Amino acid sequence: MRNVVPILAVLGAIVALWYAVVAPMNIRGALDMAERSGAEVVPAESRARFEQSVWRLMVNNPDYIAAGYSLDRPRLPTPQQVGQELWKTTGEMALKGRPMSKRSLIYHGWITLQSTLWGFVLGTVLGMAGAIAIVYSRVVDMSLMPWAIISQTVPIVALAPMIIVLSSQVGIEGRGVPKAIISAYLCYFPVLVGMVKGLRSPGVAQLDLLKTYSASGVQAFLKLRLPASMPYLFTSLKIGIAAALVGTIVGELPTGAISGLGARILIGDQFGTPLAIWAALFAAAILAGVLVTLLDVLQRLTLRRMGMQA
Amino acid sequence: MQDVAEASVLDQSSTSPVISAQGLDLTFETNDGPVHALSGVDLEIGKGEFVSFIGPSGCGKTTFLRCVAALETPTGGTLTVNGMTPDAARKARAYGYVFQAAGLYPWRTIEKNIALPLEIMGYSKAEQDVRIAQVLELVELSNFGKKYPWQLSGGMQQRASIARALAFDADILLMDEPFGALDEIVRDHLNEQLLELWARTEKTIGFVTHSIPEAVYLSTKIVVMSPRPGRITDIIESPLPKERPLDIRDTPEFLQIAHRVREGLRAGHAYDD
Repeated sequence: MRNVVPILAVLGAIVALWYAVVAPMNIRGALDMAERSGAEVVPAESRARFEQSVWRLMVNNPDYIAAGYSLDRPRLPTPQQVGQELWKTTGEMALKGRPMSKRSLIYHGWITLQSTLWGFVLGTVLGMAGAIAIVYSRVVDMSLMPWAIISQTVPIVALAPMIIVLSSQVGIEGRGVPKAIISAYLCYFPVLVGMVKGLRSPGVAQLDLLKTYSASGVQAFLKLRLPASMPYLFTSLKIGIAAALVGTIVGELPTGAISGLGARILIGDQFGTPLAIWAALFAAAILAGVLVTLLDVLQRLTLRRMGMQA
Repeated sequence: MQDVAEASVLDQSSTSPVISAQGLDLTFETNDGPVHALSGVDLEIGKGEFVSFIGPSGCGKTTFLRCVAALETPTGGTLTVNGMTPDAARKARAYGYVFQAAGLYPWRTIEKNIALPLEIMGYSKAEQDVRIAQVLELVELSNFGKKYPWQLSGGMQQRASIARALAFDADILLMDEPFGALDEIVRDHLNEQLLELWARTEKTIGFVTHSIPEAVYLSTKIVVMSPRPGRITDIIESPLPKERPLDIRDTPEFLQIAHRVREGLRAGHAYDD
């Protein structure tokens, strides 16, 4: 209960700042609207207004500041507008019985979620396999690890179209597979790094103890290294699934996709509908939050079952 | 009385030694040149003896124990454990090893921690349960089997790790500063318990320590070592009786041995400067 106050205070500060910024961001739009409907604004010419700072416009036209909070196509929508748009494209559509309409963010979110989960599974498997290979082989450690690091320095936005083109070249239909690959590309790295650290976390004494039992490598892995790596694994998975979601959205952005949250963001940009962009952004953030929270719950349950204090 | 004690020691050494080292050398090659961790170590340990290794850091006392456990490979000399090479002895489950840190797995209960070597060695579940109950009773932790390590004090954790080393019936117990991280009161208590346990199980114990009173109180034989190169400077057969209440540490015999250990350590240290 004591935590609620600071959490609400931070949230309140963010929302307040947001509302405060809306006024200067939207004053030009509000004045343009007013001019078109025949009202008198200072200066009257759109071109002349362009020369002036937003602050000066606000001082000269205080009556129109409020109008900036209810524009149809605002530079920066208010939290309330975003919330309404989000509701209109999710809850309201679901109530109307059309949750999977092409205009519904539930539909687009589902498309994105599918690719994200496939990418997450693929990335996690690759990351864990890579980590095991690195921990058990010095050669792999020295040859694979640098490439893993280099792979993350290449901007994914540059790589995404190539992956899509290449996968259509080898005859893969649709965007599901390439999107999952892009998603896995971002997701495997935190899993790899976390698992390497986790598998290496048992100390020399722990490994020596197993040696005194003449334990086999497989036994040492299953009884010591793997359980010891669990806290590291879950931390990595949480980062990994957020990265997988970003990967999927990036995979939907520059590639002409028409469904998925990334496509909604791009289409919103092309058609000048900022509300759609913001609603899709928030849908993505909420989706990421839900996924990370689910993993967090899974982590707590697993570690508690293992008797470790989480 | 001293004669009687020495006579019994003679009896023990008349049977073939459990651990026997002759001219044992171990040199580590490092970037700063070779480090002589062990040099010309000759030692025989008879069945049922309690042998302490004492000396400053770098004197090779832990290294010697690790050689016996086949965790290090000597570069010269011979070393046998139960008449076998250390490697073969390990495979024959000749010894249990207790490290300075209890090293219990936090994700296993105390019972499951003790079960660890038994699982690896392939004991049946029923056999595991019997043995776990036995060793828990031996270290007086019978009511704590279902607890997790973090629920136990440091001393109890170390007792659990001793139970783990005893679980598979090795007749040698190698202990590397097992009580080094514990406070003196807990340590006294554990020392007393360890002597009882030794008397009941008749194990052969190799015990590395920094503490002179601990070495003298526990041992039938005290091996004093010194560094650079790691070697034995004195071997003291203790004349103290097997029954040792804590206040034996105030008797003249006890103080006399402690004095001799201290002299041995000092002689070794003269090399330093």
